[in-house]
Amino acid sequence: MATLTYRDALNQALREEMQRDPNVFLMGEEVGVYQGAYKVSRGLLEEFGPTRIVDTPIAELGFAGIGVGAAMAGLRPVIEFMTWNFAVLALDQIVNSAAKILYESGGQIPMPIVFRGPNGAALQLAAQHSQAWDSWLSHIPGLKVVAPATPADAKGLLKSAIRDNNPVIVLEGEMLYNLKGEVPEGEHVVPIGRADVKRPGRDVTFVCHSKTVAVALKAAEQLAEREGVSAEVLDLRSLRPLDEEAIVGSVARTNRAVVIEEGWPHAGIGAQVVDIIQREAFDQLDAPVLRVTQADVPMPYNKQLERLAKPSPDRVVAAARRVLYLD
Amino acid sequence: MATNVYMEALSPTMEEGRVVKWHKRDGDPVKTGETLAEVETDKAVMDLVARADGVLRQVAAAEGQTVAVGSVVAVIAAPGEAVGAGPATVPPTTTSGSGKRETGNVATVTAPAPVAVVPAPAAAAADATRVKASPLARRMAKEAGVDLKLVAGSGPGGRVIKKDLERAPSQGTLVASPAGAAVPSPVSRVPFPERSGAPYEDVPLTQIRKTIAKRLAASLGPIPHFFLTTEVDMERASEARDALNKQLGDQGAKVSFNDIIIKATAHALTKHPACNAWFQDDHIRYWHEVHIGVAVAVEDGLITPVIRNAELKSLADIGREAKELAERARNRRLQPNEYTGATFSVSNLGMFDIDQFTAVINPPEAGIIAVGSIVQKAVVVDGQPAVRRRMRITMSCDHRVIDGATGAAFLRTLKQMLENPLAMLL
Repeated sequence: MATLTYRDALNQALREEMQRDPNVFLMGEEVGVYQGAYKVSRGLLEEFGPTRIVDTPIAELGFAGIGVGAAMAGLRPVIEFMTWNFAVLALDQIVNSAAKILYESGGQIPMPIVFRGPNGAALQLAAQHSQAWDSWLSHIPGLKVVAPATPADAKGLLKSAIRDNNPVIVLEGEMLYNLKGEVPEGEHVVPIGRADVKRPGRDVTFVCHSKTVAVALKAAEQLAEREGVSAEVLDLRSLRPLDEEAIVGSVARTNRAVVIEEGWPHAGIGAQVVDIIQREAFDQLDAPVLRVTQADVPMPYNKQLERLAKPSPDRVVAAARRVLYLD
Repeated sequence: MATNVYMEALSPTMEEGRVVKWHKRDGDPVKTGETLAEVETDKAVMDLVARADGVLRQVAAAEGQTVAVGSVVAVIAAPGEAVGAGPATVPPTTTSGSGKRETGNVATVTAPAPVAVVPAPAAAAADATRVKASPLARRMAKEAGVDLKLVAGSGPGGRVIKKDLERAPSQGTLVASPAGAAVPSPVSRVPFPERSGAPYEDVPLTQIRKTIAKRLAASLGPIPHFFLTTEVDMERASEARDALNKQLGDQGAKVSFNDIIIKATAHALTKHPACNAWFQDDHIRYWHEVHIGVAVAVEDGLITPVIRNAELKSLADIGREAKELAERARNRRLQPNEYTGATFSVSNLGMFDIDQFTAVINPPEAGIIAVGSIVQKAVVVDGQPAVRRRMRITMSCDHRVIDGATGAAFLRTLKQMLENPLAMLL
């Protein structure tokens, strides 16, 4: 198995899917000549030419709309947003068009489109450019949402997203693009809606996704070393649909959970996960479920404040200690 | 809103309780936590406390009456609240357990007439007696048949959590009653033959006798007992005891032979953990701590208060604790947690001139030792006849847990400890 960066794993998925299906094309700002703001589309213009690797003006609503139209006409567009912060401008096309076409056409018009790009905070990009849109996008019936945490999952989930006949949101991460990991070659498809245990454990379940998987893994390591606590790290991978069975199964084993996400606490993904747990695993719970999220404020620019606002292994360890009654 | 006062399960195995004495009368104001009545459970006399503020009304169980757990025995009404008449809710009194004697020709028991009570809405009562427990703990308690009211919660605000139930013994073990149905209590209430002309006298079973009957029948029958006896030379233990008591001087309690035996047993168990175990249906629980149940004769029966972590305690501490627990056992003031959870038991009839006997295992424990009198005997020591103080110990083993050789090895260590008490210092 080759070791690839997350960025190259996405690149591989795009290339393989474009080779596999001539209807697949990539469109977005700087995806062609500049080879992607984060070099995800490196080498693709050369291989597939300007009709399938399409550079656009800075007009998110416009090219998202072109994508929706192309999908209605039978193509399989992949729309890259330079970041999901900019995609807010395109929400009308995503929410009001892409998510509704199949429904409003009475099932006649499928919408095989992928919207992808980096989500959440990087480093000191300040309040307007450091936001996680997970819960916004997961709120909408008609959309599927995936948020891979590893290079292998990035490749496998992007392939599934491109092959899906529904609009699929792929949440990537600027801080993830350089992450290295083993990636299976060729046909590696990760089904949408299936969570993955990234570290098995007995005492507490960490439910996480995307960048917070690394945070949870680090916290689990610290707890194992310092407290002898065995934490299970469950990577959701898909935010819609959620893998309820995996969540409930893990909590049934550990009786305790901490739910971690990059977004704000109010009406976050974690709130949805906790709802599932309290409903489906009520008699398995030995402690209230706690959440670790971004602080409920616009992201500070100040480096130290930014660090404090983000979910960190220390905050996860503190929450775990509380649900384990160690404090 | 009126709150029902229920006959609560005040011990883990309690199914019914006898009202010994009402501390509050109809119309008395009561506060949450105040003692309403003393109730004789199958083990002890416990307090039934108020779960709400208000005025006690509609006392439905007379003193001496035995009622089932869960029955409404009174109502706590808000001051000035009218509580109307309604159907009686307390089942008819049973004569057994009323504590009164019935002679062959004269019935002396009169059943108190049930008093009308209007049951308060269940929700109010549920709130008043609410136990904080995690959902998991609730489920585990239900499955194990454990009353959560009797489990001390270690979570925030006293919440009962999984850990507390893992620590608490399962229901079957929450009962003390060991060694000796065979033990004749010196203070038992065997009827004194009154010259009343009656050919016999019937004495109803008290709660504790009922429990002893039930528990011990459940031991000797199903548990495959076997017995090992050894004779121990107590010369050096006697010398050690004399020396220690001299050392203690006037500082309160003296060290007894039983204290030395408890201490030696605890020590020997740490060296033979295979005997410090519970049989648990599908597994054996080997304990890492030694909790010794000590059989104490009480009026009408016996009970085994537990010396916890006896392996870690000094002889003086064991002596003090044993004395204090026995005292309260005789006054029937032991709390359930003081007579449950033993990992092994000791029963001593030495003071009654019993040479040796066999004790009945107190399940789920796997063993018990029965200690006889210390008597002077002529024995052969180093090829010469000598007069020595000797004592017989008989160990009862649950063969499902302990095999012959395992029990024998433990008993040999115990014998060595007693014959050379200094070994306990090692």
